[in-house]
Amino acid sequence: MLRRSSTRLTSTAALAATALLLSGCTLVGGTGANEPSSSASGTVTMLTHDSFNVSDELIAEFESATGYDLVITSPGDAGVVTSQLLLAGDAPGVDGVYGLDNYSAQTVIDADVLAPYTSPNLPASAGALTLSDELTPIDQGQVCVNIDHEWFEENGVDEPTTLDDLATDEYAPLLAVTNPLTSSPGLAFLVATVAEYGDGWQDYWQQLLDGGAKVEGSWSDVYYVDFSGAEGEGEFPLVLSYSSSPAESGGTTGVLEASCTTQVEYAGVTKGAENPTGAQAFIDFMLSEDFQQALPESMYMYPVDDAVELPSEWAQHASLVEEPLDLDPAEVATNRDAWLEEWNTLYEAS
Amino acid sequence: MRRASWLAGAVVLAFLAIFFGWPVASMLWRGISSDSGIDLTGYGEVLASARTWQLLANTVGLALAAALGAVVLGVPTASILYRRRVPGGALLRGLITVPFVLPTVVVGVAFRALLGSTGPLGWLGLDGTTFSVVLALVFFNVAVVARQVGSFWRGLDPRLAEAARTLGASPTRAFCTVTLPQLMPAIVASACLVLLFCSTAFGIVLTLGTPAPGTLETEIYTQTTVFLDLRTAAVLSTLQLLIVVATLVVSARLNRRTEARIKLRDNPELPLRRGDVPAAVVAAFTVFGLELLPLATLLIRSVRVDGAWSLHNYAALSSSGDGFSGGVTVVEALQHSLQAAVDATWISLLFGIPLALLLSRRVRGAAAAGQRVLDLAIMLPLGVSAVTLGFGYVVSLQAVAPQLAHSGTLVPLAQAVVALPLVVRSLVPAMRAIDPRLRDAAATLGATPWRILRTVDGPVLARALGIGAGFAFATSLGEFGATSFLASPERATLPILIARLLGRPGGDNYGMALAASVLLAVICGTMMLLSEYLRPRSARTTIGGAW
Repeated sequence: MLRRSSTRLTSTAALAATALLLSGCTLVGGTGANEPSSSASGTVTMLTHDSFNVSDELIAEFESATGYDLVITSPGDAGVVTSQLLLAGDAPGVDGVYGLDNYSAQTVIDADVLAPYTSPNLPASAGALTLSDELTPIDQGQVCVNIDHEWFEENGVDEPTTLDDLATDEYAPLLAVTNPLTSSPGLAFLVATVAEYGDGWQDYWQQLLDGGAKVEGSWSDVYYVDFSGAEGEGEFPLVLSYSSSPAESGGTTGVLEASCTTQVEYAGVTKGAENPTGAQAFIDFMLSEDFQQALPESMYMYPVDDAVELPSEWAQHASLVEEPLDLDPAEVATNRDAWLEEWNTLYEAS
Repeated sequence: MRRASWLAGAVVLAFLAIFFGWPVASMLWRGISSDSGIDLTGYGEVLASARTWQLLANTVGLALAAALGAVVLGVPTASILYRRRVPGGALLRGLITVPFVLPTVVVGVAFRALLGSTGPLGWLGLDGTTFSVVLALVFFNVAVVARQVGSFWRGLDPRLAEAARTLGASPTRAFCTVTLPQLMPAIVASACLVLLFCSTAFGIVLTLGTPAPGTLETEIYTQTTVFLDLRTAAVLSTLQLLIVVATLVVSARLNRRTEARIKLRDNPELPLRRGDVPAAVVAAFTVFGLELLPLATLLIRSVRVDGAWSLHNYAALSSSGDGFSGGVTVVEALQHSLQAAVDATWISLLFGIPLALLLSRRVRGAAAAGQRVLDLAIMLPLGVSAVTLGFGYVVSLQAVAPQLAHSGTLVPLAQAVVALPLVVRSLVPAMRAIDPRLRDAAATLGATPWRILRTVDGPVLARALGIGAGFAFATSLGEFGATSFLASPERATLPILIARLLGRPGGDNYGMALAASVLLAVICGTMMLLSEYLRPRSARTTIGGAW
């Protein structure tokens, strides 16, 4: 009995000590990092998707050069960012946004929640990616079917080379893709199939699904669980991922060039911004050489400035494909919901 | 005293109104309002579709199956782990609560590593089946039943069942006629919680195999984030709320029929007997098969790098990842998580203790109606989609006070809202078991209401407090939905960082996500063990003495 109470005393003391240690910098104590600055105009708040990442050094560089305090809020993926922007409307609560992609860009432009801005730092190479003066292209990438070279070598099977190949009985059972309703690469691949097959895309998907292609909820499911290459321990040598993924696997995996489609990520200034000049300054900063240079390392995306050099592993294993399958963003915006619903009907029936 | 209870009730309701009612109502309002006033045509359209009913059936079916599974496995587990002296009992009790805080993305990975075609249980062919989703939900929630029923069962007077045995009842009959009715309030309360948790499960359903065409939760997510169709989302959210109400009504009925007045005491843990064998078998399967196996899979995968044993993933935890510049490190995220959890725990206890006292009083008339309203208000957050609550914050609190919304101050408050039902449900069954005649006797002898509270309710409350606080802490540690909307990246909590690491290519990020999950599991387990130890063991302890 006595011994028991002494253990209890010890653990009580331990817990109390932990609680005290922790509460030293909790709600009651207040956190230094989050105190609003003395003047509201000194803060710039950006809404980003949850893959947004930038080194502390770069943030410090931005803050010291402009005098602004940067606040980031990232509630979820690109879909959540788009929805939040449209929902919040006139009271966005943020000065700017980053992470809108070319599949939702037009919807946001039409909703009239962004103010026009053209950055003086916009490189000429980004001209082709520009949609309208409300959105500034920041980075780009490609969604492609990834191939586990080792698997095909070990099994003595030829690698597929076209989208048509994927729908054959030989390759469809080897393919894992993601659901376009819950994953942005999934939507990109759906758009790629529409770009390739036009009105015949539903027949193509029917073949894929009938042939045994697997549909997963999220990218990490296909890449880390289903994939036989890279980190995965699964049974699928063909999975939907990015053109940059092979950079991480030292050449043991590659991409199916005919399946690639472009993803561009844009930034903009909100109409309801409290600090529009601050958001403009951050957009300028995202186009600066230092930030563009850091993109592959920090967000696995490619710079829009073609004067910026890629890391050696990227140049070797993960260069962008020359002729991706692309559609006009306005056409995507008009038809996106209908395509998704049609796709879902197909998928649920399979 | 009476005035104090009304005041406490009002304060709690105000708290819930601001941090839950207002955000959710804003979203529902957008779904049913149009330029010309209120437009309810969406209800007719959505409810007329067969797909909606299929979604509802899937949701209720999954939740019922998971709640049933959690009770069937949780009650025998409780009977062994909480009443018998088993080697490492405290450790096992801590262990089964670990899944409760793990981020669903991680559990998804662990289950698929286990059940996938190349996994050790691949031969069962469960990968991608709805059955595997139910298994995972039971894995998450078995501790809710075991902890609540176990802590209650430990306090039951064994002499009643022994008397029945002496009078010639078989062990089974003694259990069914004496013990089970006494346990019913705790079983019903915990089963209801599990049912509500599972009715809004999202990540695990998405990862392990969504039954076509999905559940209410997955559909609300899609309608809100993909199609921005708030009309449809509002109808589906209404259905979700109806599930909560129905669950509470049924559980209140069950409780009224079975609630016995019992005197809880402290019973020593007894050695295992022959009659315990069936329960011990179920408990062993639950603890080692269902709970330990996925956790072990996770642990093993976290220390395997390129086919060799290595602690590389753990060494990387203080960095933001190899070849990856910037961002919060795992160690920093853990600090954020713990801070938020400490805050959320004391906030939820601050509201939970007076609430439990209010809800456990036996009253009639207007006060009883008031109790029912409060009870419902506390439980509603469990049955509301995280995405509805998250976007709700954006259109309510953030629209009014953007600085506050981005500061991270709201994170522990939102987490406390989610933890509150668990805290209250841990406390109420024990409090209601107090024989009101004890209070009457004390009052007759001249004790003041506060003194009765301190001497009669206090010891029972203190005993259940450890369980409640442990649950609150665990809920907060594992909370993902509301936190992802309210925490800025530089204040990211561990579950959020883990999800982000899993969203990046490269072995290091994946390995770090696994190692971080193991870290989270260990911390949760440790906290649960501590809260076990903190259970006051002497009947003389007062609330003041419990801290």
